Amino acid sequence: MQTGKLSTWSKSFLSVGFFFLYAPILILVIFSFNKSDLVTVWAGFSFKWYGELFRDPQMLGAAWISLKIAVLAASAAVVLGTMASIVMVRMGDFKGKTAFTSMITAPLVMPEVITGLSLLLLFVAMGQSLGWPGERGMLTIWIAHVTFCTAFVAVVITSRLQELDDSIEEAAQDLGAPPWKVFFLVTLPIIAPALMSGWLLAFTLSLDDLVIASFVSGPGSTTLPMAVFSSVRMGISPQINALATLVILAATIAVFIAWWFAQRSLKSTTVVGDD
Amino acid sequence: MSKLGARSVIAVPYIWLLLFFLVPFIIVFKISFAEMQYSIPPYTELVEFVDEVLTINLNIGNYYYLIDDSLYAKAYLSSVRIAFFATIGALLIGYPMAYAIARADANTRNALLMMVMLPSWTSFLIRIYAWVGILKNNGLINNGLMSIGIIDEPIALLNTELAVYIGIVYAYLPFMVLPIYTNLVKLDNSLLEASADLGCPPWKTFLTVTLPLSKAGIIAGSMLVFIPSVGEFVIPEMLGGAETLMIGKVLWQEFFNNRDWPVASAVAIVMLLLLLVPITFFHRYQSRELEA
Repeated sequence: MQTGKLSTWSKSFLSVGFFFLYAPILILVIFSFNKSDLVTVWAGFSFKWYGELFRDPQMLGAAWISLKIAVLAASAAVVLGTMASIVMVRMGDFKGKTAFTSMITAPLVMPEVITGLSLLLLFVAMGQSLGWPGERGMLTIWIAHVTFCTAFVAVVITSRLQELDDSIEEAAQDLGAPPWKVFFLVTLPIIAPALMSGWLLAFTLSLDDLVIASFVSGPGSTTLPMAVFSSVRMGISPQINALATLVILAATIAVFIAWWFAQRSLKSTTVVGDD
Repeated sequence: MSKLGARSVIAVPYIWLLLFFLVPFIIVFKISFAEMQYSIPPYTELVEFVDEVLTINLNIGNYYYLIDDSLYAKAYLSSVRIAFFATIGALLIGYPMAYAIARADANTRNALLMMVMLPSWTSFLIRIYAWVGILKNNGLINNGLMSIGIIDEPIALLNTELAVYIGIVYAYLPFMVLPIYTNLVKLDNSLLEASADLGCPPWKTFLTVTLPLSKAGIIAGSMLVFIPSVGEFVIPEMLGGAETLMIGKVLWQEFFNNRDWPVASAVAIVMLLLLLVPITFFHRYQSRELEA
């Protein structure tokens, strides 16, 4: 496609789109510094909602649980997602490949209420017949999150693997490296940036999930979105604005780090290509 | 790769997905034929073997109930209607954005793409919550309009179907922009030049060349918005109020408020059947992308 200077039309489309995307977030951030209890009336600058947020043991506990689940789920999803991508890109055809790709693509669009309900019923049925899992909590949320995050990670890594020139891998193989060595010494370092962005994507998806976690959680495993949701249901609270601002800040930093990594790897590959 | 090694690389993700993605649907299907009871678990067994007598109880009452009570049919219809028009809305805002990004030079393009993605990296729940503060009766829009004297009393924006449309378009816009962008950026420029050389005006080139060639991106983006929107719970719950009927909310209430797991399962199975065609559509596009 012809690229270059943006036309006035393009600029106005983008301005409208980005205004729509960012105005609500900006408003949220501004009102997190509001002194008043009323979320929509400005009464002066204050950090008081941040103080209140950090003195709320329920929110902090829920945040801690969510972070633990997100780190563990993202890590497992990257391992499973990488394996799934290699199966799809490098293994050729095998019996049941169609079923395999459907199980990778379907979770991307499956309504969350269906995924949540079906996993809960699985855990209950397994508990009845196998005695495991005995009770629902962090473990069941982790399993649920690994399952839907794997699909997203697989899509990210698959697209990177497809771009990859497999002659380097073939060269290593011709020189007598066993497949596992080719993978760990050649393939893995090249797709590392994709693993990183896949991990970050899975981490935010897990941290963000309300519906599926509500179905499969048990007593004592309230995640951050569940805590936020019940507090929002009680009525609007400026404390949530403070939390939102912190989440937005963390996400922005994470995205910039991921972007920086991507730019760097892009540069290094183009340098290799130019030689 | 050695045979054993290759097999185990296939087996691990395969078994995980089989157990935690496919088997659960079979169980939902099974429980949709059970009856609700007050015990643990809160549903009857389908197969019983007592005193050498094998009894199979298939209860189709849950499905009958879904047909009998018009609430469910209305909820399915309005979910599909809302998801459909919200998808069109997202397409109308998303396509021009994707088009503009694809035409920018490489550096600007990456920055713009990142700006499209950034909101979806922050919490979905919080972004929907932001609209509550904007749309409610003493919210920003109403306060603003009243202070400049356009309206005397607040207009109802929150707890309307309009608010649900805004919420869905807002939350799912990046999922529309990205696949269309990926498609447009691959578009062969010589086709557009050929069309221009042959005297075709730009708008006609767009309608007859660019638009048909970006069909795959439009389909993928629309499915990524439409399918999850049909079963959406958070948006109608927070922005739609009591009057907006959507099937995701109905399922949630059957499960959490009425504790009727079998009816909730039947609701899920019918929703799945309803979404089977669009999901297959999406799968065909996506597997071509994944296996290409």
